[in-house]
Amino acid sequence: MNRFATLFAALDGTTKTGAKTAALADYFRAAPEPDRVWTVALLTGRRPKRAVNSTELRLWAAEAAGIPDWLFEESYTVVGDLAETIALLLPPPSTHADLTLDDAIRGLIRLTGQPVEARKAAVLQAWTQLPATERFLYNKLLTGGFRMGVAQGLLTRALAQATGVEEATLAHRLMGDWDPASITFPALIAGDAGGDARPYPFALASQLESGAEALGDPDDWRAEWKWDGIRGQLVIRPGAFALWSRGEELITDRFPDLAPLADFLPPGTVIDGEILAWDTTRSAPHPFAQLQKRIGRKTVPKSLLTEAPAKILAYDLLEHLGRDIRDQPFAARRARLATILSDLPPTLPLAASPLIAFKTWEALAQTRATARTEGAEGVMLKRAASPYFQGRKRGDWWKWKLDPFTVDAVMLYAQAGHGRRANLYTDFTFGVRDGNEIVPFTKAYSGLTDAEFNEITRWVQKNTLERFGPVRKVPAELVFEIGFEGIQASPRHKSGIALRFPRMIRWRRDKGVADIDTLDSLRALLTAAP
Amino acid sequence: MVAQVLTFTDRGIYCPAGDFHIDPWRPVPRALVTHGHSDHARWGMSAYLATHQALPVIRKRLGQITAESIAYGEIRQIGSATVSFHPAGHVPGSAQIRVTVAGETWVVSGDYKTEPDGLAEAFEPVPCHAFISECTFGLPIFRWEPQPRVIARIRAWWAANAAQGKTSILGAYSFGKAQRLLAGLGDHGPILTHGAVEEMTQTLRDQGYPLPPTIRVTPEITAKTHPGALAIAPPSALGSAWSARLGPAEEAFVSGWMAVRGIRRRRGLGTGFVLSDHADWPGLNDAIRATGAHRVFVTHGYTAPFRHWLETQGYEAGIVETQFGDEAEPETEVTA
Repeated sequence: MNRFATLFAALDGTTKTGAKTAALADYFRAAPEPDRVWTVALLTGRRPKRAVNSTELRLWAAEAAGIPDWLFEESYTVVGDLAETIALLLPPPSTHADLTLDDAIRGLIRLTGQPVEARKAAVLQAWTQLPATERFLYNKLLTGGFRMGVAQGLLTRALAQATGVEEATLAHRLMGDWDPASITFPALIAGDAGGDARPYPFALASQLESGAEALGDPDDWRAEWKWDGIRGQLVIRPGAFALWSRGEELITDRFPDLAPLADFLPPGTVIDGEILAWDTTRSAPHPFAQLQKRIGRKTVPKSLLTEAPAKILAYDLLEHLGRDIRDQPFAARRARLATILSDLPPTLPLAASPLIAFKTWEALAQTRATARTEGAEGVMLKRAASPYFQGRKRGDWWKWKLDPFTVDAVMLYAQAGHGRRANLYTDFTFGVRDGNEIVPFTKAYSGLTDAEFNEITRWVQKNTLERFGPVRKVPAELVFEIGFEGIQASPRHKSGIALRFPRMIRWRRDKGVADIDTLDSLRALLTAAP
Repeated sequence: MVAQVLTFTDRGIYCPAGDFHIDPWRPVPRALVTHGHSDHARWGMSAYLATHQALPVIRKRLGQITAESIAYGEIRQIGSATVSFHPAGHVPGSAQIRVTVAGETWVVSGDYKTEPDGLAEAFEPVPCHAFISECTFGLPIFRWEPQPRVIARIRAWWAANAAQGKTSILGAYSFGKAQRLLAGLGDHGPILTHGAVEEMTQTLRDQGYPLPPTIRVTPEITAKTHPGALAIAPPSALGSAWSARLGPAEEAFVSGWMAVRGIRRRRGLGTGFVLSDHADWPGLNDAIRATGAHRVFVTHGYTAPFRHWLETQGYEAGIVETQFGDEAEPETEVTA
């Protein structure tokens, strides 16, 4: 843990990418090999199963620190991170143990499923042995959420520096379903892991902020709808059928209705596309809310399968007849995709996402304006000659989204954020007018600058009317323009509506509570928006 | 029912028996001031009383004022109140103020720190019936490492930066924290100072506080003329044109708030050193216990949970609201 803690301190102690890469590369050269594997696993979101739940952790930590539970919760509110709160609250260690990262994680894996006394004894013992940073990291292993400010690209660059293997090759080798508990570092780097169902690193588009004119000749570009579903990769190889989410999560079992595709697509096919809940009567996607019902479930009830059957609209073909074709031009990959899909029976839940024909940027802008009626968020622009690149690389792929809906609303409640925003009031509940009342209708917590959050935090502290735990009621005075992508009727909310992607567009210092919008104006959008 | 020795008004803490305020924030005829930080020594009072050691800084900051000074421990009668000032260990010259009326003694802590830092007059517990305690860091997550350990960490950071040909810039409040750092680090060659820090340092040096030699940063001073140097500047100078002149440089902020990772990262800082001029959780609890007080009023900081905690420990506890909000505000907090 000591080495890992040193690495963490180095990564955490700088905001400079170069310094982070160097620290990681050093670590990948010198740390014990099993520790290197775990570090790659943690930085790519592969965590050991949780041996202890957070309720248990809170109780044990409060007991070990000799403080009442309420004081633990107050402390947690300020720190904003459970692992850190515990590390700060515990008395200094009494002894010192020299655990490797591998020791610590395997110890935790052995703990899963053990009786509570055994798990508690092991955790308490670790706490008395580990110094501050190691204790924090040990707690991070326990709580699961591991974010060290290391992007995937940075990790592969550091690994490439340390091993001499090319970055793009490494990025692919790190994908998929490998098990850090059983693989060796050389095997991981050599690409022996990941299995037959390994996906490719996703290519990601950048937001087009101004108009499309700057992109040059429209003939060099292809346009398609930007669907509001789950981006996924469908992998069909001999003996393997897998559906991966963009977060590299294996979601095959959540979509049993897609399973028949395995029988129709030739082995050695990898498709990038959007998973959507499909409205068969309208032949159009359902709003995201329908798909959302299926995301959280490990098994899908029959009723949902009929109500919101899944369908993939395919964007791209990455592997054809077992060959990686990512370096071919987009237009060529698309043509091959069309050939494959044209052979399929039309009842299968897979189709090409249609290309939008356009001669001029102006014509495309007009088509884009109709995105909402199509059930899309806007359009995607892809350079016809572009390869399927890795990660977010500006220039070849752009998402050109519709302007969001907006509404002016007043802040009613404020709550402090977590992590980097601990101690800052950043999570707000907003209300709109409904007759003589102001009804809460959404929460939002992003879109303002740090300076604005600081200013609002001071205002909240001085203007609190009531406290409900971490939440503060404030006078209905501060008005914000709230942007959102979609709106749904929702019987679960007091306002009767639910917004998609609500965020603060700007603080309207020029407006007062008399200027806010009404619930009726929001209801009117229900019919306008999908 | 014993008379209230002190009451809490919208101008600050007030003593009816002596007709004076302590650390008031609006103009009053007579102000007793615990120390020279700007949230305690405010402009506009008709008369000020502070310790001999605190007054030069207060004068420097407030300009033309009518003021008197007093020695630590010296007893003074004001109306029917008896007052005396006692070391608070927060910054040089800082005091707790003891007020006795008709045999009932209350103490206002001002800001305080229980660990001696080698520069400020060391904190002394003052027995009293009621204690008005700050609680800037009144949560059990705040537990300071001993100063020598933190200083050693800063030295190691400085040495590592110097080895890479970089200047080390420490952000620290210009009165108190900056001089504490100078006293702890100054034996390693002259330290560069920002003008605001230098001014306070010179004021304290003139009073006889043992501070090492420093070099004020002027346009002629750069990383070339002083390679591998350590510079101390107010936090606002971090990331500014001022610090760019000394580049290539590494910057770090020195404050108790750096104990919380989220707060450090929000300030966009890679490196933070946890060193505070306020008492930590054990310090607050020890200090309160040492007064023998039965009643405790808390102010400045995590007042609500800290009061609740004190009640569970058997104290009769209350909150003194201040103009500065009732919650710690790391972004605006200047004396941490």
